[in-house]
Amino acid sequence: MPTFWLVALLLALSAAGYYGGRRRAIATAAGNVKDLHSLPSYYGYHVALAAFVPAIGALAIWLLAQPMFIETRVSGMIPAEAIPESSSIGLVMSDVRRVAEGLDLAVEQGLLTAREARNAIAGEQDLRALMGEVGVALGSKVRPEVLEAAQAYRNLSHTGRNAMTAVVALLALGGFAFAYARTHKDFRARNVVERAVLALLILAASLAILTTVGIVLSMLFETKNFFGLHSWTDFFFGSTWAPNFRGGSELSILPLLWGTLYISFIALLVAVPVGLFAAIYLSEYASGAVRAFAKPLLEILAGIPTIVYGLFALLTVGPALADLFGKGGLLGVEWMAGATSVLTAGLVMGIMLIPFVSSLSDDIINAVPQAMRDGSLGLGATKSETVRQVVMPAALPGIVGAVLLAASRAIGETMIVVMGAGAIAKFSANPLESMTTITTRIVSQLTGDTDFASPETLVAFALGLTLFVLTLGLNVLALYIVRKYREQYE
Amino acid sequence: MTDLTQSPAGTAPEPRKHGGSLLEQTPRTKRRNAAEKRFRGYGIAAIAAGLVMLVILVTTIVGKGTGAFQQTFVTLNVELLEAKLDKKGERNIEDIKKVTTFGYAPIIKGAMTAVVEELGIETGLKAKDLAGILSKDVAAQLRDYVIANPDQIGQTVEFRFLASSRVDGYLKGRVTRESIVNDKNISAEQLDLVDALAAAGVLEKTFNLDFIFGADASDARPEAAGIGVSMLGSLFMMFVVLALALPIGVAASIYLEEFAPRNWLTDLIEVNISNLAAVPSIVFGILGLAVFINYMHLPTSAPLVGGLVLTLMTLPTIIISTRASLKSVPPSIRDAALGVGASKMQAVFHHVLPLAAPGILTGTIIGLAQALGETAPLLLIGMVGFIASNAPETLADGLLAPNSAMPAQIYEWAKRADPAFYERAWGGIIILLLFLVTMNTLAVILRRRFERRW
Repeated sequence: MPTFWLVALLLALSAAGYYGGRRRAIATAAGNVKDLHSLPSYYGYHVALAAFVPAIGALAIWLLAQPMFIETRVSGMIPAEAIPESSSIGLVMSDVRRVAEGLDLAVEQGLLTAREARNAIAGEQDLRALMGEVGVALGSKVRPEVLEAAQAYRNLSHTGRNAMTAVVALLALGGFAFAYARTHKDFRARNVVERAVLALLILAASLAILTTVGIVLSMLFETKNFFGLHSWTDFFFGSTWAPNFRGGSELSILPLLWGTLYISFIALLVAVPVGLFAAIYLSEYASGAVRAFAKPLLEILAGIPTIVYGLFALLTVGPALADLFGKGGLLGVEWMAGATSVLTAGLVMGIMLIPFVSSLSDDIINAVPQAMRDGSLGLGATKSETVRQVVMPAALPGIVGAVLLAASRAIGETMIVVMGAGAIAKFSANPLESMTTITTRIVSQLTGDTDFASPETLVAFALGLTLFVLTLGLNVLALYIVRKYREQYE
Repeated sequence: MTDLTQSPAGTAPEPRKHGGSLLEQTPRTKRRNAAEKRFRGYGIAAIAAGLVMLVILVTTIVGKGTGAFQQTFVTLNVELLEAKLDKKGERNIEDIKKVTTFGYAPIIKGAMTAVVEELGIETGLKAKDLAGILSKDVAAQLRDYVIANPDQIGQTVEFRFLASSRVDGYLKGRVTRESIVNDKNISAEQLDLVDALAAAGVLEKTFNLDFIFGADASDARPEAAGIGVSMLGSLFMMFVVLALALPIGVAASIYLEEFAPRNWLTDLIEVNISNLAAVPSIVFGILGLAVFINYMHLPTSAPLVGGLVLTLMTLPTIIISTRASLKSVPPSIRDAALGVGASKMQAVFHHVLPLAAPGILTGTIIGLAQALGETAPLLLIGMVGFIASNAPETLADGLLAPNSAMPAQIYEWAKRADPAFYERAWGGIIILLLFLVTMNTLAVILRRRFERRW
């Protein structure tokens, strides 16, 4: 693991830099620490940072950029006619990567010498058997153009690795030498170090922006590809979701959106009344002891991972509902065909959202000034009248915000619907039928073998982008409402 | 106001609503008091409903999952026949390895027949069906033992074998005589044999450590599946998350809380962080697939990729809690430090940060707990759909070799057709929740122990 050793080397160098810089600074002050501009440790940090930061930054950028660079260079080498009918450039490239990896492994394990690997000719040796021996499975015989590309791939990556090591080492040593040479008793080490640290802090904070940009760009790029292959009118205004990996699929978001909204609606139907009344009771009626006991217990529901709720829906709630409404069930009706249904997923998601609604509403109800309650009670209203006619209207915007946040949670929830809602995309008002959602389809289109050239895979990115925009919109709206409301009483 | 002045002056005053004694409730007061009671009742009912759900959830998990920690074992004396295992008798390890698991089947059948004869159990089953109550894993277990101890060939050794999942289910009540009528994997006669063996103490249900530390097994052998390897996968992921999210999160919070000027860039960062906290987790999975796997060609199913995705997901949580604990350090601390000549950076790193450390640690643990239970993004970067059977041997393997994670493994089990895996899934959830409870308790203890009120 050369990268690992490179990093270890950098760490060692910067540790040496710390002691070297410190000693040199003290030496230039003839051992009198008081003559130094900064504390001795700052001279140490100065050299250590100069040796470490540029080098590790270069290493990270190189590691990110090299595969892409090699990929474009090598895929340019493969002639269009060398790509088999049923295959694509992506599949050929993955063959190339596997062959290259296999040759490297064979050299590593001593099955081939480096020279033999370099001169390997397709057909002359049984490369496929050799690859099998080192644990690289190949689907077919190694074709000459693939082998040639693989050799180029190996060459480029070896050169790249060596160049990377050289550049990183050079930067580290250069930084070390530069900083070490600058170290002098009058050098303002603290100022320089603090500026560098501040720059690092800003870099860390900007990562949030980078992540958002990454999310948006990665989805936007693939969505663009998708709309190049599939008509956007069908996606937004079609009525059928029928992916077909042989082509000619109908990919409309509307049935998925219907399923998503229907399940979220049922979830809110469960969570909002229960959560809201729980919040009202806890903040207006409950004694301190009850509050201290019930609030954390309710919040446990929020800390349970969604996979647990998913399993609960799949194995407990679903079968229970099927026992009730299904064939041969207790009610004697045949309304439910299987365990998965809108109601199954909605109920369980509702349970999950109860603490979410209740703790948000609790905060908001508590923020209503006590004077308003006192005024109402003083006029002779009962507690419930105060809550209904004074506290609730005052807290309403905030509660709407909380409900919107819960709705955004419900729309983006994945595991419960994957396990509890089913896989059939349709428009139906019957809550006992199974339906599917946006998140479920994203999971099913993107798991397993994915081919990034087919609309059936790429549609997941369009769905993801829609989901992102939808939840983002809800969140921004909710935060806006909540903030506006908070200002009212501050 | 005009309404008031224009009210008709000539109308007679309304009759008094509250006539009579104060102690006697008028119908209207009664109604209002009843409404009050009802309203209170709704509140109690809501809380009760929430708590009942919690109780149902916990009892379901415990009730269905504890079975996974017990497994049915059969203790057998196996004669390791030299004629079958090492025909040449040279104890050459290569020769012994040539005998496939198929070659061990007669030995197992022989051992089963022997124990049935010894106990005097009368059964009409053939030797093949006798061995049918054992797991398909048994031959491999025996072969591994023989390869590890070739000198034992020819001896009689006592083994503890896994019983098949049907037998295990029968002892746990999951499989009944009615439910197996159409089951070709087990017959009623075999269950009679199981009863007889259980009565003789040869077959017994005991605690199963392999579930906690073992590897996952294929579709056909639910009795051998364990969560240990995916636990390691989760561990490596948490390692990555901790190593990346903690320093980056703390650095970002320090900048935003202590140094950031009020400008558009700061606003942009703040808006981004609060939005990222609310982005559905599956979107992070899409990001991981598109950027880390499709673009950067990091290996699929690797805990490193899972860790990176979860880092991005946990960062907002850690940043928010770190900022809260930085904010709770009173300004007088900073002022005092600046007053005695510290630079701003020194005041923050030498005084504010150490005082905020317990809060940061608590927030980090809670963020990690959240990441540990997250499943959706892991589905997209390929941590399901295969059998996590090999425990990583080196650090690099642990980060880069394909592995599963605890929640992904649970999902994988829940998807499989054999109901015996459902028990494993519930059992896996117990282990997952134990981790979460431990982490959250630790966070609470840290908070109680070190939190300082100013």
